[in-house]
Amino acid sequence: MNSIIGNQKARSAVETTAEIIFTICAFFAVLAVLSITVYMILNGTPALAKVGITDILFGTVWKPASSDPSYGILYVILTSIVGTALAILLGVPIGVLTAIFLAETAPKKIAQVVKPAIELLAGIPSVIYGLLGILLLCPAMYKLEQKIYAGSSTHQFTGGANLISAVIVLAIMILPTVINISESALNSVPASLKAASLAMGASEIQTIFKVILPAAKSGIVTAIVLGVGRAIGEAMAISLVSGSSVNAPLPFNSVRFLTTAIVSEMGYAADLHRQVLFTIGLVLFVFIMIINLTLTRILKGGGKHDA
Amino acid sequence: MTHNSILEKKFRLSDHILKALINLSAAFSILLLVGIMGYVFVRGIPQVSWQFLTTVPSTIKGTFGVAGNILNTLYIIIITLLIATPLGVGSAIYLNEYAKPGKLVRLIEFTTETLSGIPSIIFGLFGMVFFGRTFRLGYSILTGALTLTLMVLPLITRNTQEALKTVPASYRSGALGIGATKWYMIRTILLPSAMPGIITGIILAIGRIVGESAALLFTAGSGYLLPKTAAGFFKKILESGGTLTIQLYLSMSKAQYDAAFGIAAVLLIIVLCINFLTKILSGKFDVTRQK
Repeated sequence: MNSIIGNQKARSAVETTAEIIFTICAFFAVLAVLSITVYMILNGTPALAKVGITDILFGTVWKPASSDPSYGILYVILTSIVGTALAILLGVPIGVLTAIFLAETAPKKIAQVVKPAIELLAGIPSVIYGLLGILLLCPAMYKLEQKIYAGSSTHQFTGGANLISAVIVLAIMILPTVINISESALNSVPASLKAASLAMGASEIQTIFKVILPAAKSGIVTAIVLGVGRAIGEAMAISLVSGSSVNAPLPFNSVRFLTTAIVSEMGYAADLHRQVLFTIGLVLFVFIMIINLTLTRILKGGGKHDA
Repeated sequence: MTHNSILEKKFRLSDHILKALINLSAAFSILLLVGIMGYVFVRGIPQVSWQFLTTVPSTIKGTFGVAGNILNTLYIIIITLLIATPLGVGSAIYLNEYAKPGKLVRLIEFTTETLSGIPSIIFGLFGMVFFGRTFRLGYSILTGALTLTLMVLPLITRNTQEALKTVPASYRSGALGIGATKWYMIRTILLPSAMPGIITGIILAIGRIVGESAALLFTAGSGYLLPKTAAGFFKKILESGGTLTIQLYLSMSKAQYDAAFGIAAVLLIIVLCINFLTKILSGKFDVTRQK
């Protein structure tokens, strides 16, 4: 029975089973993305049909609880776009400059301390950012608001929970992503480029900004796109910092993002209101899918370039 | 044109400004971390006591505790990992050892990538309708754990894949050459060699689960009580249970900031431990790679 030939059959049965099981495991991710897509569409579209696509997507009045309900989410969509864009404008320069510090200018010993610190920043749960936002950022914003709108009778005071506060929290939250990805992009620039530039007489800073940064372009774009994804999808950190009513995305307005609208109303919403919240989820999902596709494009393009 | 010597450095204002900006940005990032940690610990540590960690909130005694939330967090970590680890590791083995490069592999890798890019609030919505309603699990720890399984799956798959890639091809051909079957080779050679990578993936997944809130709010709910009987410990899986982060969010929305900071301090300590563990493991990982 111990012949290597005799065992062949039993062995190959085990082999096939193992292969089949691994294949099934691998298809789980496909299955998951497929069912999430199908469920988001199934749950997000009924409200579009009932209320009307233009009324939802381009309506500006959000009164889901009134007797004559109105479900316009244009301001919510705009807030997410404007808020994310501002967070990127604020966070990316700081992030990229920090990455340059880590990859190029920092003394080795300091970089060894700073790098783990940045990684730690990425691990802090988002609700903690929200908690600090409420207690530190909002009161400061409120003081600023009181100064700016001191004589105004038309301004609705927000107590500091406004678009700016949310943008600052988001900018801080995308920092670790931007720093880590940009840094590895900078590190993968061939040392010969840097050496050549320095040998030609360029200063260190000139080399960084005119040679290394352009060479690391695709990696930095990836970092920005990932930052956009993180900012647009963040919910809990900004849900209490951004205010509680739907308004146009102006700096001192209390605003709702796509994510915070879902978080704060899903708890009590019913019927059509609930379906509209799923439509908001669907809009967010579409944004994320666009971002993901852009990302794969960039990564593919970058790959070709390197080869 | 008087000083054209190469020995004299040209003074460039732009260089100095940019250099200052670089240093400022780095200082800002560091101060941010120090500030956040410092503030949370200063306000949070005094709240953390034995009673805080071992009791549940009581309106009669007017005390607050997070024992129930700690237990819920553990439940969700364990159940999620029990499902996600075999799936993720299996998927990585398929991608690395069995699959031939082609459309199929690209599809699987693309969906894994997509899965890691989907924001947690979308997972929350999906989990609520799919596991909660279609599977009739309602607001329960199991619903939450199943939802989080999808979230951490890419993390485990990718880390395992990276680890498998670093196992030298000679190990594989050596094992196969002396007559081992493929499954035997995977079981006895590949998996042990890739173990540090797999464990790193698992620890990162734990970090993600501990910090997660948006995906759990509408799936696992917010229960905070401890089960009273032994059978209750099993039934608990089908009951609602809020993790530490969920309780932090709820306390914060009710403006109970002291309790919130207590939980925040506990969470930060957990995050620090996880960070430390991954550091140690990835150090080990590098050693095997150099051999």
